[in-house]
Amino acid sequence: MRMAVAVAALVFAGSCAVCAQDKPAVDAAKVDAAVVAAFPSVPDDWKSRFVQDETMKECSAHENVPPKAVADAIQKRERARIEYPADGKLVGDWKEGEKLAQSGYGLRFTDYPARRANGGNCYACHQLTKAEVSYGTIGPSLLGYGKVRNFSAADTKAVYDKIYDSQAAYPCSNMPRFGANKVLTVDQIKDLVALVMSPDSPVNK
Amino acid sequence: MSRMEQNNSDGRREDIAVRAKLIILALACCALTATMQAAVAQDDTEKAIEKYRQMLKDDPWSNPGLLDVDRGETLWSTPAGPNKVSLEKCDLGKGPGVVDGAFAELPRYFADADRVMDLETRLLWCMEKLQGFKHADLVKKPYPSGGQPTKDFGAMAVYVANKSSGMKFAAKLDKPKEKEVVALGHAIFFRRQGPHDFACATCHGDSGKRIRLQGLPYLTKPEEARETVGQWPAYRVSTTQVMTMQHRLYDCYWQMRMPQPEMGSELSVALIAYLVKNAEGGEISAPGLKR
Repeated sequence: MRMAVAVAALVFAGSCAVCAQDKPAVDAAKVDAAVVAAFPSVPDDWKSRFVQDETMKECSAHENVPPKAVADAIQKRERARIEYPADGKLVGDWKEGEKLAQSGYGLRFTDYPARRANGGNCYACHQLTKAEVSYGTIGPSLLGYGKVRNFSAADTKAVYDKIYDSQAAYPCSNMPRFGANKVLTVDQIKDLVALVMSPDSPVNK
Repeated sequence: MSRMEQNNSDGRREDIAVRAKLIILALACCALTATMQAAVAQDDTEKAIEKYRQMLKDDPWSNPGLLDVDRGETLWSTPAGPNKVSLEKCDLGKGPGVVDGAFAELPRYFADADRVMDLETRLLWCMEKLQGFKHADLVKKPYPSGGQPTKDFGAMAVYVANKSSGMKFAAKLDKPKEKEVVALGHAIFFRRQGPHDFACATCHGDSGKRIRLQGLPYLTKPEEARETVGQWPAYRVSTTQVMTMQHRLYDCYWQMRMPQPEMGSELSVALIAYLVKNAEGGEISAPGLKR
Protein backbone atom coordinates (compact mmCIF):
# COMPACT_ATOMS: atom_id res chain seq x y z
CA MET A 1 0.00 0.00 0.00
CA ARG A 2 2.73 2.43 1.05
CA MET A 3 4.60 1.39 -2.08
CA ALA A 4 1.56 2.12 -4.24
CA VAL A 5 1.20 5.56 -2.71
CA ALA A 6 4.87 6.28 -3.29
CA VAL A 7 4.61 5.20 -6.92
CA ALA A 8 1.45 7.24 -7.38
CA ALA A 9 3.18 10.27 -5.87
CA LEU A 10 6.11 9.81 -8.25
CA VAL A 11 3.84 9.51 -11.26
CA PHE A 12 1.91 12.54 -10.10
CA ALA A 13 5.07 14.58 -9.59
CA GLY A 14 6.40 13.40 -12.94
CA SER A 15 3.31 14.34 -14.88
CA CYS A 16 3.19 17.73 -13.21
CA ALA A 17 6.76 18.49 -14.14
CA VAL A 18 5.73 17.84 -17.72
CA CYS A 19 2.67 20.05 -17.58
CA ALA A 20 4.65 22.83 -15.93
CA GLN A 21 7.00 22.70 -18.90
CA ASP A 22 4.30 22.69 -21.52
CA LYS A 23 1.97 25.03 -19.75
CA PRO A 24 3.48 27.91 -17.80
CA ALA A 25 1.46 28.47 -14.68
CA VAL A 26 -0.84 31.47 -14.82
CA ASP A 27 -2.74 32.65 -11.82
CA ALA A 28 -6.41 31.80 -12.38
CA ALA A 29 -7.46 35.13 -10.89
CA LYS A 30 -5.36 36.88 -13.54
CA VAL A 31 -7.05 34.93 -16.31
CA ASP A 32 -10.48 35.76 -14.87
CA ALA A 33 -9.54 39.43 -14.63
CA ALA A 34 -8.38 39.50 -18.26
CA VAL A 35 -11.68 37.97 -19.35
CA VAL A 36 -13.76 40.50 -17.41
CA ALA A 37 -11.62 43.39 -18.69
CA ALA A 38 -12.09 42.32 -22.32
CA PHE A 39 -15.80 43.09 -22.21
CA PRO A 40 -16.06 46.56 -20.64
CA SER A 41 -19.41 47.42 -22.21
CA VAL A 42 -21.17 44.19 -21.27
CA PRO A 43 -24.73 44.41 -19.91
CA ASP A 44 -25.14 43.24 -16.29
CA ASP A 45 -27.23 40.21 -17.18
CA TRP A 46 -24.35 38.82 -19.28
CA LYS A 47 -21.77 38.96 -16.51
CA SER A 48 -22.61 35.49 -15.24
CA ARG A 49 -21.12 34.15 -18.49
CA PHE A 50 -17.64 35.10 -17.28
CA VAL A 51 -17.96 33.00 -14.15
CA GLN A 52 -16.88 29.37 -14.32
CA ASP A 53 -18.48 26.64 -12.26
CA GLU A 54 -16.31 23.94 -10.67
CA THR A 55 -16.58 21.68 -13.72
CA MET A 56 -15.54 24.41 -16.14
CA LYS A 57 -12.63 25.34 -13.90
CA GLU A 58 -11.36 21.79 -13.67
CA CYS A 59 -11.75 21.06 -17.39
CA SER A 60 -9.94 24.31 -18.24
CA ALA A 61 -7.12 23.63 -15.81
CA HIS A 62 -6.65 20.08 -17.14
CA GLU A 63 -7.16 21.08 -20.76
CA ASN A 64 -10.08 18.64 -20.98
CA VAL A 65 -8.01 15.64 -19.91
CA PRO A 66 -8.82 15.40 -16.20
CA PRO A 67 -7.03 12.90 -13.96
CA LYS A 68 -9.29 10.05 -12.85
CA ALA A 69 -10.15 11.45 -9.42
CA VAL A 70 -11.19 14.76 -10.96
CA ALA A 71 -13.12 13.02 -13.72
CA ASP A 72 -15.00 10.93 -11.16
CA ALA A 73 -15.89 14.00 -9.14
CA ILE A 74 -17.16 15.82 -12.24
CA GLN A 75 -19.25 12.83 -13.26
CA LYS A 76 -20.81 12.53 -9.81
CA ARG A 77 -21.57 16.23 -9.59
CA GLU A 78 -23.05 16.45 -13.09
CA ARG A 79 -25.16 13.29 -12.68
CA ALA A 80 -26.83 14.86 -9.68
CA ARG A 81 -27.97 17.78 -11.85
CA ILE A 82 -30.09 15.80 -14.29
CA GLU A 83 -33.82 16.41 -13.94
CA TYR A 84 -36.47 14.21 -15.52
CA PRO A 85 -39.98 15.00 -16.74
CA ALA A 86 -42.64 14.39 -14.06
CA ASP A 87 -44.44 11.77 -16.15
CA GLY A 88 -41.22 9.87 -16.82
CA LYS A 89 -41.70 9.99 -20.60
CA LEU A 90 -38.34 10.72 -22.26
CA VAL A 91 -39.29 10.54 -25.95
CA GLY A 92 -40.92 13.48 -27.73
CA ASP A 93 -41.43 14.31 -31.42
CA TRP A 94 -38.51 13.53 -33.74
CA LYS A 95 -39.74 16.05 -36.35
CA GLU A 96 -39.32 18.84 -33.81
CA GLY A 97 -36.01 17.27 -32.84
CA GLU A 98 -34.78 17.46 -36.44
CA LYS A 99 -35.59 21.21 -36.52
CA LEU A 100 -33.68 21.72 -33.27
CA ALA A 101 -30.75 19.69 -34.60
CA GLN A 102 -30.54 22.03 -37.61
CA SER A 103 -30.79 25.28 -35.64
CA GLY A 104 -27.78 27.05 -34.15
CA TYR A 105 -29.92 29.95 -33.05
CA GLY A 106 -29.77 31.34 -29.56
CA LEU A 107 -27.69 33.06 -26.88
CA ARG A 108 -25.28 34.81 -29.29
CA PHE A 109 -25.00 38.56 -28.90
CA THR A 110 -26.99 39.09 -32.10
CA ASP A 111 -29.85 36.87 -30.87
CA TYR A 112 -31.47 39.48 -28.59
CA PRO A 113 -34.33 40.10 -28.15
CA ALA A 114 -34.93 36.39 -28.78
CA ARG A 115 -36.83 35.76 -32.01
CA ARG A 116 -37.32 32.03 -31.54
CA ALA A 117 -36.37 29.16 -29.25
CA ASN A 118 -32.73 28.15 -28.79
CA GLY A 119 -31.50 25.42 -31.12
CA GLY A 120 -29.41 22.36 -30.31
CA ASN A 121 -27.20 22.73 -33.41
CA CYS A 122 -26.46 18.98 -33.33
CA TYR A 123 -25.46 18.88 -37.03
CA ALA A 124 -22.64 21.33 -36.32
CA CYS A 125 -20.77 18.41 -34.74
CA HIS A 126 -22.64 15.15 -35.48
CA GLN A 127 -23.78 13.19 -38.49
CA LEU A 128 -27.41 12.22 -37.83
CA THR A 129 -29.31 11.48 -41.02
CA LYS A 130 -28.38 10.44 -44.55
CA ALA A 131 -30.31 13.37 -45.97
CA GLU A 132 -28.19 16.01 -44.26
CA VAL A 133 -24.72 15.93 -45.80
CA SER A 134 -23.53 19.15 -44.19
CA TYR A 135 -22.56 17.81 -40.79
CA GLY A 136 -19.57 18.31 -38.53
CA THR A 137 -17.20 15.77 -37.04
CA ILE A 138 -16.28 17.11 -33.60
CA GLY A 139 -18.68 14.55 -32.16
CA PRO A 140 -19.21 10.95 -33.33
CA SER A 141 -21.65 10.00 -36.09
CA LEU A 142 -25.06 9.15 -34.65
CA LEU A 143 -26.42 7.61 -37.84
CA GLY A 144 -28.48 4.55 -36.91
CA TYR A 145 -27.82 5.15 -33.22
CA GLY A 146 -31.18 3.86 -31.90
CA LYS A 147 -31.44 1.01 -34.36
CA VAL A 148 -28.11 -0.58 -33.46
CA ARG A 149 -29.18 -0.43 -29.82
CA ASN A 150 -32.55 -2.01 -30.52
CA PHE A 151 -34.26 1.15 -29.23
CA SER A 152 -33.77 -0.10 -25.68
CA ALA A 153 -35.17 1.80 -22.71
CA ALA A 154 -31.77 1.90 -21.00
CA ASP A 155 -30.14 3.47 -24.07
CA THR A 156 -33.02 5.92 -24.41
CA LYS A 157 -32.42 7.11 -20.87
CA ALA A 158 -28.67 7.28 -21.52
CA VAL A 159 -29.30 9.52 -24.54
CA TYR A 160 -31.56 11.79 -22.46
CA ASP A 161 -28.83 11.99 -19.82
CA LYS A 162 -26.11 12.78 -22.36
CA ILE A 163 -28.07 15.61 -23.92
CA TYR A 164 -29.17 16.96 -20.54
CA ASP A 165 -25.65 16.85 -19.16
CA SER A 166 -22.96 15.42 -21.42
CA GLN A 167 -20.38 15.52 -18.67
CA ALA A 168 -22.36 13.13 -16.52
CA ALA A 169 -21.30 10.55 -19.10
CA TYR A 170 -18.04 12.02 -20.38
CA PRO A 171 -16.25 14.41 -18.01
CA CYS A 172 -14.90 17.45 -19.91
CA SER A 173 -16.77 16.48 -23.07
CA ASN A 174 -16.77 19.22 -25.73
CA MET A 175 -20.56 19.00 -25.88
CA PRO A 176 -22.65 21.63 -24.08
CA ARG A 177 -24.61 20.57 -20.98
CA PHE A 178 -27.87 21.54 -22.64
CA GLY A 179 -30.28 20.81 -19.81
CA ALA A 180 -28.09 21.59 -16.84
CA ASN A 181 -27.11 24.96 -18.34
CA LYS A 182 -30.72 25.75 -19.37
CA VAL A 183 -29.87 26.05 -23.07
CA LEU A 184 -32.69 23.65 -23.96
CA THR A 185 -35.90 22.82 -22.11
CA VAL A 186 -36.87 19.32 -21.00
CA ASP A 187 -39.43 19.17 -23.83
CA GLN A 188 -36.80 20.12 -26.40
CA ILE A 189 -34.45 17.47 -25.04
CA LYS A 190 -37.25 14.90 -25.35
CA ASP A 191 -37.65 15.86 -29.01
CA LEU A 192 -33.93 15.32 -29.56
CA VAL A 193 -34.11 11.95 -27.79
CA ALA A 194 -36.88 11.06 -30.24
CA LEU A 195 -34.71 12.07 -33.18
CA VAL A 196 -31.94 9.73 -32.05
CA MET A 197 -34.03 6.87 -30.61
CA SER A 198 -37.36 6.65 -32.49
CA PRO A 199 -37.69 3.79 -34.99
CA ASP A 200 -39.45 6.13 -37.43
CA SER A 201 -36.79 8.87 -37.18
CA PRO A 202 -34.58 9.37 -40.28
CA VAL A 203 -31.60 8.76 -37.98
CA ASN A 204 -32.64 5.09 -37.89
CA LYS A 205 -33.79 4.66 -41.49
CA MET B 1 1.84 50.09 -53.62
CA SER B 2 1.84 46.60 -52.23
CA ARG B 3 4.84 44.35 -52.38
CA MET B 4 4.16 43.72 -56.07
CA GLU B 5 4.82 46.96 -57.91
CA GLN B 6 3.01 47.79 -61.13
CA ASN B 7 2.75 51.00 -63.07
CA ASN B 8 -0.73 50.95 -64.51
CA SER B 9 -2.66 51.15 -61.28
CA ASP B 10 -6.10 51.81 -62.81
CA GLY B 11 -5.86 48.97 -65.33
CA ARG B 12 -4.80 46.70 -62.55
CA ARG B 13 -7.75 47.66 -60.40
CA GLU B 14 -10.16 46.74 -63.19
CA ASP B 15 -8.26 43.54 -63.66
CA ILE B 16 -8.57 42.73 -59.97
CA ALA B 17 -12.27 43.57 -59.96
CA VAL B 18 -12.93 41.19 -62.85
CA ARG B 19 -10.89 38.46 -61.25
CA ALA B 20 -12.60 39.07 -57.93
CA LYS B 21 -15.94 38.36 -59.58
CA LEU B 22 -14.56 35.20 -61.12
CA ILE B 23 -13.23 34.07 -57.77
CA ILE B 24 -16.54 34.68 -56.06
CA LEU B 25 -18.28 32.73 -58.79
CA ALA B 26 -15.77 29.91 -58.56
CA LEU B 27 -15.98 29.71 -54.80
CA ALA B 28 -19.76 29.91 -54.89
CA CYS B 29 -19.67 26.91 -57.22
CA CYS B 30 -17.29 25.17 -54.80
CA ALA B 31 -19.66 25.86 -51.92
CA LEU B 32 -22.67 24.66 -53.88
CA THR B 33 -20.88 21.53 -55.01
CA ALA B 34 -19.77 20.83 -51.46
CA THR B 35 -23.32 21.07 -50.18
CA MET B 36 -24.74 18.90 -52.92
CA GLN B 37 -22.25 16.10 -52.74
CA ALA B 38 -21.93 13.69 -49.88
CA ALA B 39 -19.63 14.91 -47.16
CA VAL B 40 -17.14 12.19 -48.03
CA ALA B 41 -16.31 14.44 -50.96
CA GLN B 42 -15.22 17.11 -48.49
CA ASP B 43 -11.59 16.09 -48.73
CA ASP B 44 -11.72 16.58 -52.49
CA THR B 45 -13.36 19.97 -52.03
CA GLU B 46 -10.66 20.99 -49.58
CA LYS B 47 -8.01 19.86 -52.07
CA ALA B 48 -9.67 21.86 -54.83
CA ILE B 49 -9.77 24.97 -52.66
CA GLU B 50 -6.15 24.38 -51.68
CA LYS B 51 -5.24 24.18 -55.38
CA TYR B 52 -7.15 27.38 -55.87
CA ARG B 53 -5.24 29.07 -53.07
CA GLN B 54 -2.01 27.93 -54.68
CA MET B 55 -3.13 29.54 -57.97
CA LEU B 56 -3.83 32.74 -56.07
CA LYS B 57 -0.36 32.63 -54.62
CA ASP B 58 1.11 32.22 -58.10
CA ASP B 59 -0.94 35.19 -59.28
CA PRO B 60 -1.24 37.49 -56.28
CA TRP B 61 -3.28 40.11 -58.14
CA SER B 62 -6.29 37.83 -58.17
CA ASN B 63 -7.02 38.37 -54.45
CA PRO B 64 -9.68 41.07 -53.93
CA GLY B 65 -8.15 41.83 -50.52
CA LEU B 66 -5.32 43.57 -52.36
CA LEU B 67 -7.66 46.43 -53.21
CA ASP B 68 -7.78 47.11 -49.48
CA VAL B 69 -4.01 46.77 -49.23
CA ASP B 70 -3.68 49.62 -51.75
CA ARG B 71 -6.35 51.65 -49.98
CA GLY B 72 -4.59 51.05 -46.68
CA GLU B 73 -1.32 52.30 -48.09
CA THR B 74 -2.94 55.55 -49.16
CA LEU B 75 -4.68 55.94 -45.79
CA TRP B 76 -1.43 55.29 -43.96
CA SER B 77 0.19 58.37 -45.47
CA THR B 78 -2.90 60.58 -45.41
CA PRO B 79 -3.19 63.16 -42.59
CA ALA B 80 -6.15 62.33 -40.36
CA GLY B 81 -7.64 62.88 -36.90
CA PRO B 82 -7.71 66.01 -34.70
CA ASN B 83 -3.92 66.39 -35.10
CA LYS B 84 -4.11 66.14 -38.91
CA VAL B 85 -1.04 63.95 -39.24
CA SER B 86 -0.46 60.68 -41.08
CA LEU B 87 0.70 57.43 -39.51
CA GLU B 88 4.08 57.62 -41.24
CA LYS B 89 5.79 58.21 -37.88
CA CYS B 90 4.03 55.26 -36.26
CA ASP B 91 6.56 52.91 -34.67
CA LEU B 92 5.42 49.35 -35.30
CA GLY B 93 8.46 48.00 -33.48
CA LYS B 94 11.21 48.47 -36.03
CA GLY B 95 11.43 52.25 -35.63
CA PRO B 96 9.14 55.15 -36.62
CA GLY B 97 7.84 54.73 -40.14
CA VAL B 98 9.25 51.24 -40.77
CA VAL B 99 6.45 49.10 -42.20
CA ASP B 100 8.43 46.49 -44.15
CA GLY B 101 8.71 43.32 -42.08
CA ALA B 102 7.12 44.92 -38.99
CA PHE B 103 4.14 42.55 -38.91
CA ALA B 104 6.45 39.51 -38.95
CA GLU B 105 7.84 40.58 -35.56
CA LEU B 106 4.50 41.30 -33.86
CA PRO B 107 3.16 40.95 -31.21
CA ARG B 108 5.95 42.49 -29.14
CA TYR B 109 6.52 44.55 -26.02
CA PHE B 110 6.45 48.32 -26.53
CA ALA B 111 8.22 50.32 -23.83
CA ASP B 112 6.34 53.54 -24.66
CA ALA B 113 2.98 51.87 -23.97
CA ASP B 114 4.43 49.46 -21.37
CA ARG B 115 2.48 46.55 -22.79
CA VAL B 116 2.63 43.82 -25.41
CA MET B 117 0.72 44.75 -28.57
CA ASP B 118 -0.37 42.99 -31.71
CA LEU B 119 -0.64 44.81 -35.03
CA GLU B 120 -4.14 46.20 -34.51
CA THR B 121 -3.59 47.22 -30.89
CA ARG B 122 -0.46 49.08 -31.99
CA LEU B 123 -2.38 50.76 -34.81
CA LEU B 124 -4.99 51.91 -32.31
CA TRP B 125 -2.22 53.29 -30.12
CA CYS B 126 -0.68 55.25 -33.01
CA MET B 127 -4.05 56.64 -34.03
CA GLU B 128 -4.60 57.82 -30.46
CA LYS B 129 -1.14 59.16 -29.69
CA LEU B 130 -0.16 60.56 -33.10
CA GLN B 131 -3.46 61.46 -34.71
CA GLY B 132 -5.35 62.37 -31.54
CA PHE B 133 -8.34 60.05 -31.98
CA LYS B 134 -10.23 59.08 -28.82
CA HIS B 135 -9.80 55.44 -27.81
CA ALA B 136 -13.51 55.03 -27.05
CA ASP B 137 -14.45 56.20 -30.55
CA LEU B 138 -11.94 53.88 -32.22
CA VAL B 139 -13.17 50.74 -30.46
CA LYS B 140 -16.89 51.55 -30.56
CA LYS B 141 -17.77 49.69 -33.77
CA PRO B 142 -14.47 48.73 -35.33
CA TYR B 143 -15.55 45.88 -37.63
CA PRO B 144 -17.70 45.96 -40.76
CA SER B 145 -20.93 43.92 -40.87
CA GLY B 146 -21.09 41.13 -43.44
CA GLY B 147 -21.25 42.52 -46.98
CA GLN B 148 -20.04 45.96 -45.90
CA PRO B 149 -16.72 47.20 -47.26
CA THR B 150 -13.56 46.78 -45.19
CA LYS B 151 -13.24 49.71 -42.79
CA ASP B 152 -10.28 52.09 -43.08
CA PHE B 153 -8.75 50.53 -39.98
CA GLY B 154 -8.89 47.05 -41.51
CA ALA B 155 -7.43 48.36 -44.78
CA MET B 156 -4.45 49.82 -42.94
CA ALA B 157 -4.00 46.62 -40.93
CA VAL B 158 -3.95 44.46 -44.05
CA TYR B 159 -1.59 46.92 -45.75
CA VAL B 160 0.92 46.57 -42.91
CA ALA B 161 0.51 42.77 -42.80
CA ASN B 162 0.99 42.54 -46.58
CA LYS B 163 4.33 44.29 -46.18
CA SER B 164 5.52 41.14 -44.40
CA SER B 165 4.01 38.74 -46.91
CA GLY B 166 6.48 36.08 -47.95
CA MET B 167 8.40 36.45 -44.67
CA LYS B 168 8.25 34.07 -41.73
CA PHE B 169 6.72 34.75 -38.31
CA ALA B 170 9.68 35.83 -36.23
CA ALA B 171 8.18 37.46 -33.14
CA LYS B 172 10.68 36.68 -30.39
CA LEU B 173 8.20 36.81 -27.52
CA ASP B 174 11.08 36.12 -25.13
CA LYS B 175 10.94 39.14 -22.80
CA PRO B 176 9.34 38.41 -19.39
CA LYS B 177 6.24 40.47 -20.21
CA GLU B 178 5.93 38.78 -23.60
CA LYS B 179 6.22 35.32 -22.05
CA GLU B 180 3.57 36.29 -19.52
CA VAL B 181 1.20 37.31 -22.29
CA VAL B 182 1.76 34.08 -24.26
CA ALA B 183 1.05 32.06 -21.09
CA LEU B 184 -2.08 34.09 -20.47
CA GLY B 185 -3.21 33.44 -24.05
CA HIS B 186 -2.61 29.73 -23.55
CA ALA B 187 -4.80 29.69 -20.44
CA ILE B 188 -7.54 31.71 -22.18
CA PHE B 189 -7.43 29.35 -25.17
CA PHE B 190 -8.47 26.49 -22.88
CA ARG B 191 -10.81 28.49 -20.64
CA ARG B 192 -14.36 27.12 -20.81
CA GLN B 193 -17.16 29.55 -20.14
CA GLY B 194 -20.66 30.70 -21.04
CA PRO B 195 -23.88 28.71 -21.42
CA HIS B 196 -22.31 26.25 -23.89
CA ASP B 197 -19.07 25.65 -21.92
CA PHE B 198 -17.10 26.68 -24.99
CA ALA B 199 -13.39 27.47 -25.14
CA CYS B 200 -11.23 28.13 -28.20
CA ALA B 201 -10.01 24.56 -27.72
CA THR B 202 -13.54 23.19 -28.19
CA CYS B 203 -13.26 23.75 -31.95
CA HIS B 204 -9.49 24.08 -32.37
CA GLY B 205 -8.17 21.33 -30.13
CA ASP B 206 -7.87 18.41 -32.56
CA SER B 207 -6.85 17.64 -36.14
CA GLY B 208 -9.16 16.90 -39.05
CA LYS B 209 -12.41 18.08 -37.45
CA ARG B 210 -15.14 20.19 -39.01
CA ILE B 211 -18.18 22.24 -38.02
CA ARG B 212 -20.77 21.40 -40.66
CA LEU B 213 -18.45 21.37 -43.72
CA GLN B 214 -15.98 23.93 -42.43
CA GLY B 215 -12.57 22.47 -41.61
CA LEU B 216 -11.09 23.54 -38.27
CA PRO B 217 -7.39 24.09 -37.68
CA TYR B 218 -5.83 22.50 -34.56
CA LEU B 219 -4.25 25.68 -33.32
CA THR B 220 -2.07 24.30 -30.55
CA LYS B 221 -0.30 22.12 -33.11
CA PRO B 222 2.56 24.14 -34.66
CA GLU B 223 2.15 22.65 -38.17
CA GLU B 224 -1.50 23.66 -38.34
CA ALA B 225 -0.99 27.01 -36.59
CA ARG B 226 1.74 27.90 -39.11
CA GLU B 227 -0.57 27.02 -41.98
CA THR B 228 -3.50 29.05 -40.65
CA VAL B 229 -2.25 32.05 -38.70
CA GLY B 230 -0.13 33.34 -41.60
CA GLN B 231 -3.25 33.75 -43.75
CA TRP B 232 -4.69 36.50 -41.53
CA PRO B 233 -5.83 39.21 -42.17
CA ALA B 234 -7.79 37.41 -44.88
CA TYR B 235 -10.26 38.27 -47.61
CA ARG B 236 -13.49 36.42 -46.81
CA VAL B 237 -15.54 35.53 -49.84
CA SER B 238 -18.74 34.98 -47.82
CA THR B 239 -18.67 38.52 -46.39
CA THR B 240 -16.77 40.21 -49.31
CA GLN B 241 -14.39 42.03 -47.00
CA VAL B 242 -11.03 41.74 -45.33
CA MET B 243 -11.34 40.26 -41.87
CA THR B 244 -8.55 41.07 -39.43
CA MET B 245 -7.36 38.77 -36.64
CA GLN B 246 -9.04 40.89 -33.95
CA HIS B 247 -12.27 40.68 -35.96
CA ARG B 248 -11.80 36.91 -36.31
CA LEU B 249 -11.57 36.56 -32.50
CA TYR B 250 -14.65 38.76 -32.06
CA ASP B 251 -16.56 36.39 -34.35
CA CYS B 252 -15.32 33.35 -32.40
CA TYR B 253 -16.59 34.91 -29.16
CA TRP B 254 -19.95 35.44 -30.84
CA GLN B 255 -20.06 31.70 -31.61
CA MET B 256 -18.96 30.98 -28.04
CA ARG B 257 -22.08 32.80 -26.76
CA MET B 258 -19.89 35.39 -25.09
CA PRO B 259 -20.26 39.16 -25.34
CA GLN B 260 -18.26 41.32 -27.76
CA PRO B 261 -14.58 41.43 -26.82
CA GLU B 262 -13.09 44.90 -27.11
CA MET B 263 -10.51 45.44 -29.82
CA GLY B 264 -7.06 45.70 -28.27
CA SER B 265 -8.08 44.13 -24.95
CA GLU B 266 -5.43 42.19 -23.04
CA LEU B 267 -7.41 39.01 -23.77
CA SER B 268 -7.27 39.56 -27.52
CA VAL B 269 -3.56 40.42 -27.52
CA ALA B 270 -2.81 37.37 -25.36
CA LEU B 271 -4.69 35.00 -27.67
CA ILE B 272 -2.95 36.44 -30.73
CA ALA B 273 0.45 36.20 -29.02
CA TYR B 274 -0.27 32.55 -28.16
CA LEU B 275 -1.34 31.77 -31.74
CA VAL B 276 1.66 33.55 -33.25
CA LYS B 277 3.98 31.71 -30.84
CA ASN B 278 2.48 28.43 -32.03
CA ALA B 279 2.88 29.59 -35.64
CA GLU B 280 6.54 30.57 -35.19
CA GLY B 281 8.48 30.05 -38.43
CA GLY B 282 5.32 29.84 -40.52
CA GLU B 283 5.13 31.85 -43.73
CA ILE B 284 3.00 34.97 -43.86
CA SER B 285 0.74 35.20 -46.89
CA ALA B 286 -1.56 38.09 -46.02
CA PRO B 287 -4.21 38.69 -47.14
CA GLY B 288 -5.18 35.03 -47.29
CA LEU B 289 -8.39 33.92 -48.93
CA LYS B 290 -11.15 32.35 -46.85
CA ARG B 291 -14.62 30.96 -47.33
